[in-house]
Amino acid sequence: MEQFKLRIIDLLKEDARRSPALIATMLGASEAEVAEAIKDLEDAHVIVKYATVVNWAKVDDEKVTALIEVQITPERGRGFDAIAERIYLYPEVKSVYLMSGAYDLLVEIEGKTLKEVASFVSNKLSPLDRVLSTKTNFILKKYKQDGITFEDHEDDRRMLISP
Amino acid sequence: MKDDEFMMNQTEKQSPTNKSMSDYLAPLVREIPPSGIRKFFDLVSGSKDIISLGVGEPDFSTPWHVREACVYSLERGNTKYTPNAGLPELREAIGEYLYDSFHVPYEPSDEILVTVGGSEAIDLALRALIVPGDEILIPEPCYISYSPITKIGGGIPVGIETFAKDNFKLTPESLKASLTPKSKILILCYPSNPTGGIMTYEDWLPIAKIVEEHDLIVISDEIYAELTYEQKHVSFASLPGMKDRTILVSGFSKAFAMTGWRMGYACGHRDLISAMLKIHQYTVMCAPAMGQVAALEALKNGLEEKDHMVESYNQRRRLVVQGFREIGLTCHEPQGAFYAFPSIASTGLTSEEFAQRLLYEAKVAAVPGNVFGLGGEGFVRCSYATSVTQLIEAIERIGKFIQKL
Repeated sequence: MEQFKLRIIDLLKEDARRSPALIATMLGASEAEVAEAIKDLEDAHVIVKYATVVNWAKVDDEKVTALIEVQITPERGRGFDAIAERIYLYPEVKSVYLMSGAYDLLVEIEGKTLKEVASFVSNKLSPLDRVLSTKTNFILKKYKQDGITFEDHEDDRRMLISP
Repeated sequence: MKDDEFMMNQTEKQSPTNKSMSDYLAPLVREIPPSGIRKFFDLVSGSKDIISLGVGEPDFSTPWHVREACVYSLERGNTKYTPNAGLPELREAIGEYLYDSFHVPYEPSDEILVTVGGSEAIDLALRALIVPGDEILIPEPCYISYSPITKIGGGIPVGIETFAKDNFKLTPESLKASLTPKSKILILCYPSNPTGGIMTYEDWLPIAKIVEEHDLIVISDEIYAELTYEQKHVSFASLPGMKDRTILVSGFSKAFAMTGWRMGYACGHRDLISAMLKIHQYTVMCAPAMGQVAALEALKNGLEEKDHMVESYNQRRRLVVQGFREIGLTCHEPQGAFYAFPSIASTGLTSEEFAQRLLYEAKVAAVPGNVFGLGGEGFVRCSYATSVTQLIEAIERIGKFIQKL
């Protein structure tokens, strides 16, 4: 991809609310050029969505996240895709990755309580035909997500004026 | 109690005779006024909720792999003196880097000296060269330490004013006009702190000619060499015939976000470097061992990360320059370092009045241009090495402040 679009992606990844006008100034381009590039990226589904990163630990509502290692029997002709789709259609499922190594799918589940997540695994995920086994790992604390640290200890420690 | 007050109280109480303790000081040192930036620092320190554009260092932390290299090295017990001139492998790496990046070949064994920041290198160079009474030519506005260090060394600083209309370049005319039979050293700092001015190959050629004709030695402080935006930095030492006349000073602070490590170096003719090494070994012995390990890691594996930082400064440079122009301040295009140097002449205030009122009324700190010497009055130095959000907010505050004047 051309440098210009990669730079736009970088700037939006840092802060998705940056306006085309601001990005244009920062890149030394015209606002129209930036707007057009962003539209191209959106149309091509390179930019899929502008989402918000939330530190749920600071929200009173309880939230439990688990990463579940799932072993699968792949389907003739369609491999893992069909079963992956079966799994990701559940709204409780936040992400699904096909993995190399000891298991096949890594499924991220979010629920209100531990019980809710456990019940999803035992009632919905495990009974699926092609699921051979599951191993549920609960997340205890999130330190960093998508390159963003939740508790930043590297705040600005510079002296306010220096030569 | 502040350090200064403490020192004064001690002076009065503990004087063993009727003399004030400061009477014991060398007149040369006593007469050097405290830096203007220090005065402003005290003002700013007492204020709250301010956005500071007064910081002369990167806002990035030192890249993690560099810090980690230092941690590992400490764990392995590398806590001893290094050779006076610095670790041989670091000097090798500096030599290679300078050749690859700026096309100046230096022999690591006797033409490169690792120092405690670029500042020590400048001090060593001046101390090694100055004979009392020598005139030291200093284009201004410039970094605040050249003139005081010159005086401490017994030299006479001769400022050469540079102007916004020339993008703060040193012109051959003004250099010539400042020459006398006593002129010995020319101190250059391009890319420039505080103006962001740079010198191109074409700008340098006539300067090099004058340097040759008048048999000057050049101390070229190229600490911001990596931070240029429209074109690559041209080292003064790379110009035809200039390498032997030039002491190239640089370091890791700005390019690799390593200010607190105090890692710098000087390169030059072996006769000059060995003289500087003599002073260095009797004063500091060697640069800190752990810093040298980190610096080596920065040169070996940090160049890509450096490029990212430079791109990020460039984006913010465009943002502040346009921002200042939109709120009605004249701002020449800075081509290097991470400072914008807008003119505040249109407000009718002096630099100090502007900076003080801006601090109190708009809660933005910028450094008044006059502290940087000749040609600085009427400007303020604004560092754009701070977050985009803060920069936008700062420009907005400055805009409102100007409107109310």
